[in-house]
Amino acid sequence: MPHYEPWSDERARAVIDEFSHLEGPLMPMLHAVQETFGHVPDAVVPMLAEKLNVSRAEVHGVVTFYHDFRHEPAGRHVLKLCRAEACQAAGGDALAEHAEHRLGCKLGETTADGRVTVEPIYCLGLCATAPSAMLDGRIVARLNERRLDALIEEAQS
Amino acid sequence: MTIRIYVPKDACAIACGADEVAEAIAAAAVSARQPVEIVRNGSRGMLWLEPMVEVVTPEGRIAYGPVEAGDVEGLFAAGFLTGGDHALRIGKPEEHPFLAKQTRLTFARCGIIDPASYADYRAHGGYKGLERALQLGPAEIIEEVKKSGLRGRGGAGFPTAIKWKTVADAKADRKYIVCNADEGDSGTFADRMIMEGDPFELIEGMTIAGIAVGATKGYVYTRSEYPHAIWAMEKAIEVARAHGMLGVNIAGSPYSFDMEVRMGAGAYVCGEETALLDSLEGKRGTVRAKPPLPAHKGLFQKPTVINNVLSLTAVPHILADGGEFYANFGMGRSRGTMPIQIAGNVKFGGLFETAFGITLGELINDIGGGTATGKPVKAAQVGGPLGAYVPTWQFDLPFDYEAFAAKDALIGHGGIVVFDESADLAKMARFAMEFCSVESCGKCTPCRIGSTRGVELMDKIIAGERVEANLATLTDLCQTMKLGSLCALGGFTPYPVLSALNHFPEEFGAPPRRLEAAE
Repeated sequence: MPHYEPWSDERARAVIDEFSHLEGPLMPMLHAVQETFGHVPDAVVPMLAEKLNVSRAEVHGVVTFYHDFRHEPAGRHVLKLCRAEACQAAGGDALAEHAEHRLGCKLGETTADGRVTVEPIYCLGLCATAPSAMLDGRIVARLNERRLDALIEEAQS
Repeated sequence: MTIRIYVPKDACAIACGADEVAEAIAAAAVSARQPVEIVRNGSRGMLWLEPMVEVVTPEGRIAYGPVEAGDVEGLFAAGFLTGGDHALRIGKPEEHPFLAKQTRLTFARCGIIDPASYADYRAHGGYKGLERALQLGPAEIIEEVKKSGLRGRGGAGFPTAIKWKTVADAKADRKYIVCNADEGDSGTFADRMIMEGDPFELIEGMTIAGIAVGATKGYVYTRSEYPHAIWAMEKAIEVARAHGMLGVNIAGSPYSFDMEVRMGAGAYVCGEETALLDSLEGKRGTVRAKPPLPAHKGLFQKPTVINNVLSLTAVPHILADGGEFYANFGMGRSRGTMPIQIAGNVKFGGLFETAFGITLGELINDIGGGTATGKPVKAAQVGGPLGAYVPTWQFDLPFDYEAFAAKDALIGHGGIVVFDESADLAKMARFAMEFCSVESCGKCTPCRIGSTRGVELMDKIIAGERVEANLATLTDLCQTMKLGSLCALGGFTPYPVLSALNHFPEEFGAPPRRLEAAE
């Protein structure tokens, strides 16, 4: 399970500063912020705007454009199910329904107890051993109901 | 004597349990008091056999697969360290028909070498292309690429040499090489495999491109969904730098070139080259209107070569063996080899590199072995989410840019997703529209609004509501998207939609198609 730090102005500035020598540093900065705090908090937007000499609106625009950046923290575990064509061809639809049923929430939502966020992902590049999934950064291929159940149990524990 | 064992570190192998297999082998070797060296190689591309473990014996490398951690004890008991017989024994991988039938240039080393080893890369012909490039100089490098007939492998098929010449002729204080490794198409994984299995090849290709056009900085823009590829690339860049093959005065030459890896954030449209450049600059991944071309005003408004991984990794071979050698492969205006990816509901899925001209039917039925479910093949989507659904009666189509275009289909990045008869093509058409509406960057109206209206139309058609009228509107809408969109996302979404509709109209509630005499 990933461990995230509590929000701190000072820490955020330090994380951002690490990338200020790069050309076009905003994306690496946002990734680092999310890796540190588990999401991209609102408080970081003016900080980035000031650092990069752009408007807050521009930073906000970037944060909201990309699917990866979270506005709110995710559940304790994140289960991503590939919903792209190759996984659909290999029975991914039924597995997604099974996961929704077992977890009692839809793709894109977090279980009521906050333990598991289940999300669609569009292609992990494991298309010849489809269907596939990712649990907290760990990739799993040749998914079937038995393997999916094991992942769900692991995420719920 | 220490026995060398190869256990792939390719993401596909890891997802099938390769890390656990490597651990089990290490533990079993300790118990057996047999010293072993475990090398984490890339994948050979026979992905249905992953994790495929290879043992080095006096007769050569002997493969076993697919190996699960639980199989290791039995393998040791069967004497697999000396190539002993076992139910999972495959024999020499290079003699396996799937590999023996291929023409491997780009993937020649993938799965054979240790991707993190500079010495291994050198020992297998690595950096021969760069050595020759340094002797030739910029103008002749471009001439060599021109002779090869290499066309952009990302999907557009634009001649690589022309792009390079344009950047070489542009005057600027700074130029860039950008590698488009944003491999977002479902059914494609060649970029990922090469970055994980032979990352130095991409470094060498980008370095040659840099020398050819006068660029000193390169970026590999890849996906956050590819953590293993990012790790392997970064590791190789570090090693190349330590050996003086990146940085100032590469290999003692007057040329300097350095590069870094940048990660996207889950936006499919960033695979479009201008959206990718905006994303690299730290902006929303919005598509730019062309002109100006990236070759004139690309990254940070500087002249930029932006090429796909497979285009850049073809370059070292073109330089090492000569452009004419490369051009000997292929058909028509499609020269050289194409790493084709066979995926989805298929029995023997994997990476198959071959000269252009092979038919879709050979790839899916003969090499791929038909569907994994054993049901008849219904159609294959070729070229990713924006590629057409090709029905079985068009499986005689040869892999060639022009032949595909003539049938309203595209090769794209060379991915084939196989569907069996249970596939619902109306649902897949709806999915294509929905995907476009979610991933649209929003800059142009046909894509942004057209895709949303397309989803609504598909919902009505699937519900059986005024089917004929709605199909007419859908066809018209597709035409508008095709002709009016700024980039391939909106422009090509009609391919899967219209191909599904034209070939399988009965699934949309329309009368079945009439058999055409020509087909």
